[in-house]
Amino acid sequence: MLAYAIRRLGLSLLILIVVMTAMYAMVFLVPGDPASLALGPRATSELKEALRERMGLDQPVLTQIALFFGDVLQGDLGTDVWSKRPVLDQILQVFPNTLILGTVALGWALVMGILLGCAAVVWRDTVIDRLLAVLSVSVISVPSFVVAIYALIIFAVWLNWLPAIGAGEAGDLPSQARALILPAFAVGIGWVGYLARLIRASMLEVMEAPHIRTARAFGMRERDIVFRHTLRVAIVPTISVLAVGFGSILSSAVFVESVFSRPGIGTLITAAVEKRNYPVVMGTVLFMTAFYLMIVTAADLLIARLDPRVRDVLRG
Amino acid sequence: MSFVADPAQPLRRGIGRALLRDPMGLAGLVLVATFLAMAVFAPWVAPYDPIALNVKEKFLTPSALHWAGTDHLGRDLLSRIIWGARLALGISMTSVGIAGALGLMLGLVAGYGPRWLDSLLVLVFDSMSSLPMIFFALAVITVLGPGTATLILVIVLVSFPSYARLIRTQTLTLAGADYILAEKAMGAGAGRIIFIHLLPNVVGPLVILICMDIPVVIMLEAGLSYLNLGVKPPSPSWGNILAEGYNSLRQAPHVVIVAGIPLVLATLGFTFLGEGLRDVLDPRGAGRRWG
Repeated sequence: MLAYAIRRLGLSLLILIVVMTAMYAMVFLVPGDPASLALGPRATSELKEALRERMGLDQPVLTQIALFFGDVLQGDLGTDVWSKRPVLDQILQVFPNTLILGTVALGWALVMGILLGCAAVVWRDTVIDRLLAVLSVSVISVPSFVVAIYALIIFAVWLNWLPAIGAGEAGDLPSQARALILPAFAVGIGWVGYLARLIRASMLEVMEAPHIRTARAFGMRERDIVFRHTLRVAIVPTISVLAVGFGSILSSAVFVESVFSRPGIGTLITAAVEKRNYPVVMGTVLFMTAFYLMIVTAADLLIARLDPRVRDVLRG
Repeated sequence: MSFVADPAQPLRRGIGRALLRDPMGLAGLVLVATFLAMAVFAPWVAPYDPIALNVKEKFLTPSALHWAGTDHLGRDLLSRIIWGARLALGISMTSVGIAGALGLMLGLVAGYGPRWLDSLLVLVFDSMSSLPMIFFALAVITVLGPGTATLILVIVLVSFPSYARLIRTQTLTLAGADYILAEKAMGAGAGRIIFIHLLPNVVGPLVILICMDIPVVIMLEAGLSYLNLGVKPPSPSWGNILAEGYNSLRQAPHVVIVAGIPLVLATLGFTFLGEGLRDVLDPRGAGRRWG
């Protein structure tokens, strides 16, 4: 287990280093230097020179990369070109909003997905099963930001039940919760379908297993077989899917945050991209990649703990 | 999702007929065909010029003259949506096509080439797919600046690693098959094995994966355009129409409502078609709609 954990962590670290280097190299591969891009065509050469110096662009490339790695290791992701605030501070300020949105979205999707998946198994090969199948595929494919816009029109503009923008008043929990409902609905809805599908498939597989057959032969109630015995085993594969899925949840969150003007990682990075604010964009990408790798690695280690067969096989 | 080609089961004829028998596949086929027709025949089908301004007729609700109404500049929404189909399908098919070719090539190289190259390529694929898609896309857009060309490049970069991985896995499985060993024993070169034997057998699953990826790509194109980081206005990308409609949400909600419909229908159509194709092409998965 320890050997597996070390190899798994090593791989993640290697990937992170490759990603960081690639990120940094990308800035140099393109024509035009970041300073003039950030300042726009009307900047004077003195201004550009000053910014180049501040961004460390006047150093040789290898020194720059070394400095960049050194800074990152010390938790310094650079400073905003415009506001001169440390990038990490800005990220940490809005990250909780995005994390809450993602977690709540995934949470309600998981609960609904399990319920619908179980319903499909209990009523398998009936009209209900078919209906749930079509419904799941449909919600998986509909873009989350379109769902967000429609939800906003119906529940915020027409019915006026929920706030249309923002993340609620700071320190006011009920208002924050109300502001969370529509975005979390939009981000999670696709995952309801996906998880329902996954849980159904994985439960049907487990139901073929000898211990379930035995349970049935002993005359156990179908409800107990489905919920007590099958679901418990069938839920393990969803752990890794959930972890990898957090990446696509974050992607949806970027769009949905923008629809609801909700402060978060998504609104932070899109604003920075528009202004070509390199340090903020690169810092956010790096932060989110590290966060995502951490989750995926943790999930892999968790699965290895739960399922010894996995320990022997290191990804792919 | 793993579709491993079974060499004993070459692509069967009558795919079309099997697809027509499946209601969901049929629905997908009809939707996709409709959007393709819209894209191809846009200049003839669209009733108005999609970017012609007519400020006097702004925010008209749907009527006999303007079936989908007009936007804040008096442009006919139906015409914009029809031309938007051309943009959405054009961009997604171009980029997915390039990504498919790139993935096919790199996957074959990784699966059949020397081990060290395989390890290196797998590390690259893994690194690229371990970046959360949207953040990677945004980083590339920052460097290159928004626009249609950047959008295509971004889609290629985010999609090809999964294609390459699929092809690599398939190639590895097939390369050990008895009939390939027999070919080798008879003195066949790497070129013959790759092009005559591996390529035809790995392409089928790739087509399914690509078809199932198109909705994601359409979503990405519209989403980035919605954020004003994709296709530049006044081009009638569905994302641009949505963004413009969003700004007049309270005055004229019909703009945003109408603009969402083609996105929903197009993504549904391609997903249904992809599902149908998988059931038909992957006989072992047949009937397992949920799989």
